[in-house]
Amino acid sequence: MENKLIEFRNVSFRYTDEQPWVLKDCSFTIYENEWVAIIGHNGSGKSTIAKLMNGLIFPQKGEILIGDKIIDEQTVWEIRREVGMVFQNPDNQFVGTTVQDDVAFGMENRGFPREEMIRLIDESLSAVGMEKYRLTEPYRLSGGQKQRVAIAGVLAISPKVLILDEATSMLDPKGRLEIMETVAHIQTERDLSLITITHDLNEVTQADRVIVMNRGELWKEGTPREIFTEKASLRQIGLDVPFSSTLAEELRRYHIPIEKEPLNHEELLEELWTLHSKM
Amino acid sequence: MDITFKDVSYIYQKNTPFAHKALDRISFHIPSGSFVAIIGHTGSGKSTLIQHLNGLITPSEGEVLIGDVRITNREKPKDMKTLRSQVGVVFQYPEHQLFEETIEKDIAFGPQNFGISEEETNERIKEVLPMVGLSEALLGRSPFDLSGGQMRRVAIAGVLAVKPRVLVLDEPTAGLDPRGQQEIMDMFYQLHQKEQLTTVLVTHSMEDAMKYADHILILNKGKIYMEGRPEDVFTEVEALNKVQLDTPEIIQFMNKFSKRFNMKIPFQRQTPKQLAKQMYHLFKGDERT
Repeated sequence: MENKLIEFRNVSFRYTDEQPWVLKDCSFTIYENEWVAIIGHNGSGKSTIAKLMNGLIFPQKGEILIGDKIIDEQTVWEIRREVGMVFQNPDNQFVGTTVQDDVAFGMENRGFPREEMIRLIDESLSAVGMEKYRLTEPYRLSGGQKQRVAIAGVLAISPKVLILDEATSMLDPKGRLEIMETVAHIQTERDLSLITITHDLNEVTQADRVIVMNRGELWKEGTPREIFTEKASLRQIGLDVPFSSTLAEELRRYHIPIEKEPLNHEELLEELWTLHSKM
Repeated sequence: MDITFKDVSYIYQKNTPFAHKALDRISFHIPSGSFVAIIGHTGSGKSTLIQHLNGLITPSEGEVLIGDVRITNREKPKDMKTLRSQVGVVFQYPEHQLFEETIEKDIAFGPQNFGISEEETNERIKEVLPMVGLSEALLGRSPFDLSGGQMRRVAIAGVLAVKPRVLVLDEPTAGLDPRGQQEIMDMFYQLHQKEQLTTVLVTHSMEDAMKYADHILILNKGKIYMEGRPEDVFTEVEALNKVQLDTPEIIQFMNKFSKRFNMKIPFQRQTPKQLAKQMYHLFKGDERT
């Protein structure tokens, strides 16, 4: 996690000169192979960050580096090969008439040789567990399956970072679970950084690091445990903490001294067990 | 208004090779004034079901009763417009349906369409704005200048301004931040109680279903898989897992807790705060013995 992959240096952005700044003087770094969750209220600037990373928009102030390259009109095409993105709506990003055509789309655009394309389609579809659906038409797929195919299409061009911009928010619980399992699997298998933009608190607990945005500014950075310790101020900026963290807070009010901020049920039960055996 | 489904089936593309049965002989009764949550995976028939509630589609077989309006394959109600003014539907991502030049005109569109006078419409707009948490200062602005969360509030205001007796909500909080989700759901709940509405909520959130609903319908493959009070349905862990649905997180935790500590806490729809108190007493009692 030592090498810098993406660096925001004092970045500000607004859509037009008349409109307010959506991003104000943001600086942060994403390292190689780490999983960063970006959270924040609606309109806090999360999706703007994603679009800036991919060169869909350019900042008015500051600069953004991918590796050692500054994103601008010249480098943007090169950079898009390194920064893959999956968006919210599974129905708006399916371009092929079959699953394999859809995965091939990004590679065709970049002129990959046929043999390599065939190999990469195989590889990336099995990475997301969709190898059996190669010839399936998109309308036969569930939302979760469509998003997995979208991820496969991005993986096929071997990016250095995969950005999921609320990619699970339109899915049912089964679809969400599919995506989170897929993503966790890919991250152990490949050299890939992961940026998930989400409102789902349990997704956030799985990340290595969390960036919290508030009104266009970077409000706080830290591990999920550090972030979820700040319950009162998180709620103040319109966010919340996971169930385990909420229950731990209530238990402390009854003088049950839970020290470590629990990120999941198991951690909370473990700590209660230790406390209980000392009682 | 009471809602009754009697052996309702709905078949898409009937009499073609692509025929697909989305609802399969569904029967249930929702008494007036209840808050019902409908839960099920994509493709379980939820959206098809709610489209029957205001006559957007009519059943292929069976009958639907909304109040005293009967909808069957053969009988369409003569007065569909009245039905639609009484059953307000907030569709998924309702902000995508905004189209007027100003927020005021967008909210007014519904009531005016149902023949409400301009004067009355203006009064209703003033009434619904604070409910959805928007200020009057915004009325002259374009809805497209607003953030996604605010646009959704405008769309919801448009439905509320018609003053429906039945409110149908199809995942009304999808994509909102945690505070936005809670504000919108609390607003619907207050309105439900104050106006004694009949509310039908389609949701993926077991937590919302548990918090607000007094009756749960679980759909699977076009059929009613389970039905009952939240405390009864949500404690059927195995049955829910069988169709890949989860129980609310608090129940999952309570089950793990009772296994680990061999102490049973009965599920009574408690909040985390109430659960913490019960756990505290359990631990204290245990200490004494």
